[in-house]
Amino acid sequence: MARVTLNKKTKLVLSFLGIALILLGSYLADEMIPASSNMRMFVTVLEKGAIYALVAVSMNLLNGFTGLFSLGQAGFMLIGAYTYAIFTIPAAKHADVYMYFDGGAIQWSIEEALSGSLGIVGHYLGMLIPIIGAGLLVALIAYLIGIPVLRLKSDYLAIATLGFAEILKAFFQWNTLGPITNGSNVLRKYATYDNSIFVVLIALISIAFIMLLINSTYGRAFKAIRDDEIAAEAMGVNLFKHKELAFVISSFFAGVGGALLAMFQGTIAATPFTTTMTYEILLIVVIGGIGSVTGSIIGAFLFTACSEWWLRGLDAGTWLGITSEWFRPGFRKVVFAVIIMLIVLFAAQGIMGTKEFSWEGLLSWFKNLPANLKAAPAKNKAKAQAKKEAKARDKAAKAQAKEDKANSAAKAASGEKLFEPLPVYDHVVVFKEGK
Amino acid sequence: MLAIRDLHVYYGGIHALQGIDIDVPDGQIISLIGANGAGKSTTLKSIMGLVGKRQGQVFWDNLDITSMKTKDIVKEGIILCPEGRRIFPDLTVDENIMCGAYLRKDKEEIEKDREWVYSLFPRLKERTWQLGATLSGGEQQMLAVARALMSKPKLLMLDEPSLGLAPLIIKDIFAIIQKIASEGVNIMLIEQNAKAALEISDYAYVMETGVITMAGPGKALMNDPRVQQAYLGE
Repeated sequence: MARVTLNKKTKLVLSFLGIALILLGSYLADEMIPASSNMRMFVTVLEKGAIYALVAVSMNLLNGFTGLFSLGQAGFMLIGAYTYAIFTIPAAKHADVYMYFDGGAIQWSIEEALSGSLGIVGHYLGMLIPIIGAGLLVALIAYLIGIPVLRLKSDYLAIATLGFAEILKAFFQWNTLGPITNGSNVLRKYATYDNSIFVVLIALISIAFIMLLINSTYGRAFKAIRDDEIAAEAMGVNLFKHKELAFVISSFFAGVGGALLAMFQGTIAATPFTTTMTYEILLIVVIGGIGSVTGSIIGAFLFTACSEWWLRGLDAGTWLGITSEWFRPGFRKVVFAVIIMLIVLFAAQGIMGTKEFSWEGLLSWFKNLPANLKAAPAKNKAKAQAKKEAKARDKAAKAQAKEDKANSAAKAASGEKLFEPLPVYDHVVVFKEGK
Repeated sequence: MLAIRDLHVYYGGIHALQGIDIDVPDGQIISLIGANGAGKSTTLKSIMGLVGKRQGQVFWDNLDITSMKTKDIVKEGIILCPEGRRIFPDLTVDENIMCGAYLRKDKEEIEKDREWVYSLFPRLKERTWQLGATLSGGEQQMLAVARALMSKPKLLMLDEPSLGLAPLIIKDIFAIIQKIASEGVNIMLIEQNAKAALEISDYAYVMETGVITMAGPGKALMNDPRVQQAYLGE
């Protein structure tokens, strides 16, 4: 098995090329595909997939790499989405958006202020700053929540974080906060991006940051905590500090993801940020492989492609040319449930397990493909032969065992002794010379 | 009397036991010594039906127990006290002990045996309400042996009872093992601590990578230069 080895520089160049290609592709896709085309779904999947990939990777950092089973992701996304939306609604639109709260308490927009003074640069800065601000606010809240919650373990931690997420959801719908959060009404008309490249780029940068973190000493400490807390502590890892760090960083990116999701949707309300959303993200992590960043990314795109595009027909009546009365709203969820069960039963490792994508692995696969294809028939034959032999051996052993049993039964029935005791020696005997 | 004849066990493609012959006669302590990975634990597990046997037979008195289920083997009076103690950490000492009598129905006899077990391990009697996890290593080992004895075994198989214990505690445990043997329980002992095991054994087998390489009375093996060099570090 020839394995391709590349030096660090080549890998770096390849990675940059790959990233550039993805960015260019997403830019062109959004520009070129007309709004009326069916392929427009591709752009939707690209944007939502990138957002879900970011959130899934941030959840994986917590669940897969630090071993903290947290289910608060939707709650943190909610804060992120709201923070972004609140500070980017243009002043003129406030009266309309906050119609039940006399135009709301905040009468300005960061985006508007900055694009007024800096033009196009200000426009993008005005979106970036609220996004990062959303992340920071979520990180702060996560820090405070983490102090009591991270002292809990496994399922207790999951329940506590789930509870906090629910509390946050209720909090943001509280009428008294209406002038800021618009109560249980939707927020809309806030600034959003013009091209998918914006979302994809931010998701890429964030994921790259998390990957660098995982491959640093901090990442090793996280994995050590996941595998054995006592051993990690004995090596000098400050357990609480590192758990808090992972929690805060993960929440920061969940907040960023939430802000991006708000931009993607165009309107935002607290109701969709339910536990179901957390479970969707958890599902992506599991499908991709707990403990694999690339797995989460692949899982996110597969999931969004299925739920937004490929399996849509299952709800609409016709799918892959098949029309059935079974295909009615909700059937897609049934199919999803079945897929999840199959994955958990037969591929609990997920798509990537704990492995990561590497250029060397990919190139080696391509390089070995012809040889593997050529060798496959012989290999399969040898495998089948070995299987056959093993089967025959097992069969013979089983037959022998059956015979032995029958013999024993016959002997026992006739009162005969089943075995002769071994000779007992009063000195040491050697059966076979030791090594 | 337990008799193992030509026992073969495979783990996937690995031939872990390659034809083992062992006798455990009544009223004796038999020990099986050998290095890590020699197949000692596998031998005990396959006797109990916890790993599949490929070939060979295991007899218990005049009964073929080769293909019997573990629960039936326990009913026949053979019990394994597994390596690493495996006590139930969140059950109390008393609950742990009563779990050993799971397959028994004779309430009065069980009560009697409970008294007997507590008389063997007075330290456990002081701690009946303590949770298993809060015991020290030595006490946990005592609890594991006590639990095994509650099945009223005729053959008690002990897998590394000295694992991770201080020399003084090991001495205690081995004294209790001898006491149990003197009360009519046959004992099969697996040990890394060859010296302690051979000292109390009537007969012993030396195992090496899946085969029995030596056998003899415990005292004779202890004085054998080859055993001393390989297992006693002298």
